[in-house]
Amino acid sequence: MKKRAAETVVETRGLCMHFGGVRAVDQVDFALEDRELRCLIGPNGAGKSTFFKCLTGQLTPTAGEITIRGTPVAGAQSHEIASLGVGIKTQVPNVFDGLTAEENIWLSARRWHGGARARTLTAETIERLRLGEIRRSLVGRLAHGQRQWVELGMVVAAEPWLVLLDEPAAGMTHEETARTAELILEINRTAALIVVEHDMQFIRMISRRVTLFHEGRILMEDTMDAISSDRRAREVYLGHRA
Amino acid sequence: MDQIAALIIQIAYGIANLALISLGLAIIFGMMRVINLAHGEFLMLGGYTVVVATNNGVNLWVAMLILAPLVVGVIGVIVERLLIRWLYGRMVDTLLATWGLSLLLIGIVTSIFGASTATTVSVPIGVIRIGEYTVSGYDIFLIFVTLCLGAAVFAVLKLTKLGLVARGTMQNAQMASALGVSTSRIYMITFGLGAAVSGLAGGLLAPVTGVLPTIGATYIAKAFITVISGGASILTGTAAGSVLLGGINGIVAYITGPTFGEVALLVAAIILLRLMPRGITGRFFRKSL
Amino acid sequence: MNSGSTLRAMRPTFIFAAIGIVFMLFAPQVLALFTIINLTTAIALAILALSLALVWGYGGILCFGQVAFFGLGAYAYTIGAINFGGSTWAILLAVAVAAAFAAVVGYFMFYGRVSDVYLGVITLTVTLILYSLIRRTSGPEYKIGNALLGGFNGVGSPPLNLPWNARAFLFPEQVFYVAMAALILAYVFAGWLVTTHFGRVCVAIRENETRAELLGYDARAYKLGIFTISAGIAGLAGVFFCNGVGRVTPDVFGLYNAALTIIWVIVGGRGTLIGPIIATFGLFYLTASLGGQQTLNNNLVLGIILIVFVLLVPRGLAPTIADWFTQGRRGRVGAERAARRARRRAGAAEGGK
Repeated sequence: MKKRAAETVVETRGLCMHFGGVRAVDQVDFALEDRELRCLIGPNGAGKSTFFKCLTGQLTPTAGEITIRGTPVAGAQSHEIASLGVGIKTQVPNVFDGLTAEENIWLSARRWHGGARARTLTAETIERLRLGEIRRSLVGRLAHGQRQWVELGMVVAAEPWLVLLDEPAAGMTHEETARTAELILEINRTAALIVVEHDMQFIRMISRRVTLFHEGRILMEDTMDAISSDRRAREVYLGHRA
Repeated sequence: MDQIAALIIQIAYGIANLALISLGLAIIFGMMRVINLAHGEFLMLGGYTVVVATNNGVNLWVAMLILAPLVVGVIGVIVERLLIRWLYGRMVDTLLATWGLSLLLIGIVTSIFGASTATTVSVPIGVIRIGEYTVSGYDIFLIFVTLCLGAAVFAVLKLTKLGLVARGTMQNAQMASALGVSTSRIYMITFGLGAAVSGLAGGLLAPVTGVLPTIGATYIAKAFITVISGGASILTGTAAGSVLLGGINGIVAYITGPTFGEVALLVAAIILLRLMPRGITGRFFRKSL
Repeated sequence: MNSGSTLRAMRPTFIFAAIGIVFMLFAPQVLALFTIINLTTAIALAILALSLALVWGYGGILCFGQVAFFGLGAYAYTIGAINFGGSTWAILLAVAVAAAFAAVVGYFMFYGRVSDVYLGVITLTVTLILYSLIRRTSGPEYKIGNALLGGFNGVGSPPLNLPWNARAFLFPEQVFYVAMAALILAYVFAGWLVTTHFGRVCVAIRENETRAELLGYDARAYKLGIFTISAGIAGLAGVFFCNGVGRVTPDVFGLYNAALTIIWVIVGGRGTLIGPIIATFGLFYLTASLGGQQTLNNNLVLGIILIVFVLLVPRGLAPTIADWFTQGRRGRVGAERAARRARRRAGAAEGGK
């Protein structure tokens, strides 16, 4: 199949997620192109994480449509969305604590590939993420940053074409953050990405285009530089933090 | 006409019976999110209290309405202090520990009173005639008591401080502790109260069913289904579960006989859970008591 | 993960299976016939314990009603053997009925996303309803084919016969061999199953259902799968149970038996297969020896055992003993120990929600 350069792979139309009277996500129209790397930012409660959870099937939106490569997925189960070839990393490290790092990654690779291929993929992923030293350690005993990396490893090992990451650099040291940024750029060579993030420095390392959420809506969509110099954006977000 | 009246009373009794045997379980589950597998044994202990008390010359009504809830309530408080409170927040372990308690209570009662009934208590009210049909006067009395008990629980939930916390806990399990209310004391009282209601129910049913150490098993299946189908709201849940399941049981039993009444009840409950995993009050009437 | 590591992972399974084979061959030479008949019943119960160890210890599914499948297996075998006039198809029928019933009940529970505590209560309720249902079937109108259900008196179970000759009934000693072989096979099968891709996904779902779903595994289907398989094993246990006892009564569905199954697995240890099997034999002889006297009631003793284990030895004996032996040894075993600890923490956190 020949892909057009600017094929839209994720699209939401009129997406709403209401909790009682709270409009956490309100009429969001969003589009992501193939091989794009998009960051979602916004102050706490802006709705970006809720938006993310709607995309990943952890929440069923109140109204609106979500399509991933033309497949409507609003209200689909997480495993159905993942089965489209989407790699997902949630905000809280979501790993199999009682299994080793290697088993964690193998479970991801084996979902899509036969035994032999899954084994090589697992080995490659461990190498690529430099998890060799902890491959036989139980994930439940690893440090926070390492657990994040194991989860990233699980995302990578599935060879997804679309990757959704919720705060991948949370709780990481400077060095780990830089490595994560490198990895994300590397993933971007073969996959489109949506990254929800707080850390401005981190976003500067990876971002091309940034979507700024505010009060459940998209306030603006531009490059990080343009957003930093925008008065409105500074008021709702950057001003509070800088 | 008379036949319909008799049938309605019979179904109403079935519903009241379910509500009566479930309410104590629902109180403990609704407020503490503890499923008490020893619930049936609390009912059994209520029955034994009545038998032992009347054998020693206590008036039957005093034994059923005062002694049974009192004795079982005290046992409930002791159990909560000695066992349940070590396991808060560990739902599976609580379930297992209360199962152990259930066996233990059966074992203790069997050791003291033997495996079969020593004396039974006779039903204190005779039959009432409706045309050519008769209904048990005691059944009607039980319907009345169940309604009174429901009203009493409603009053406690609505008017007392305990009720306030209970309502908070039912809507948000974390809220009570966030409010800084001494949950430990509240839990102790709740468990005691739930046990007392179970004891009352067991005492009231003793004349109808007789007493046996293992009689709890005949109650718990129905009580579990009612409470789980009803959901976490103590009163609305129990009422909704009892009416729905008791109604189905009554109607099917009337048509096909008692064996299939229970099957219909179970099938209805399982299908209900597929549609509403958190019970009727998890879907509807969410803010109810 | 490859065949080599599967073999390595299954080494303890083969060791225990070998011990079982030795026991199977020598026990009839040493023990009295009465003991052998009793042992057949214990073996049937051990298969039941194995089925619960699989679904609860590995699948993380809190099934309090494993005896429902066990009892259905026993009834299906008995009714089948009476009607078919032979045991071979009746055994298959028993396994199929138990598994099919589990598949239906499991569909409603797992696809309704019923949480674990509810699951325990619902499965227990199903069992108790079956109990009161089958007790009511004493009238002559309750018959399936040639088999009268007999209410609380139950039905006499025809013994096993040779597959090719329905008149050649097996002697109790031969039934013992068959039952023991079935236990060993079921044990090796379960041990193999947990090393397969399917088994590992089940363990992963036990560890973290959300993550498994995010990897694209449909947790509901896997849970239903392991639930159905373990119910089939429980149904097989029912076959040997009614062979050992000679008849099947509604008591197979009773609360006491349901509690026993749970106690075997708690005492033996969740997350192992051999622990619950050994615990079953141990407790079988404990309750048998208690049965002869009056002061210490079986219920009382079992209740105390259950409470003590939940409060003080929540992991059960097999993991605890394994720890004593491997203290100081590093690597995989120590890691497993910590895993169990982590799992328990996760379980506690889960429960706190």
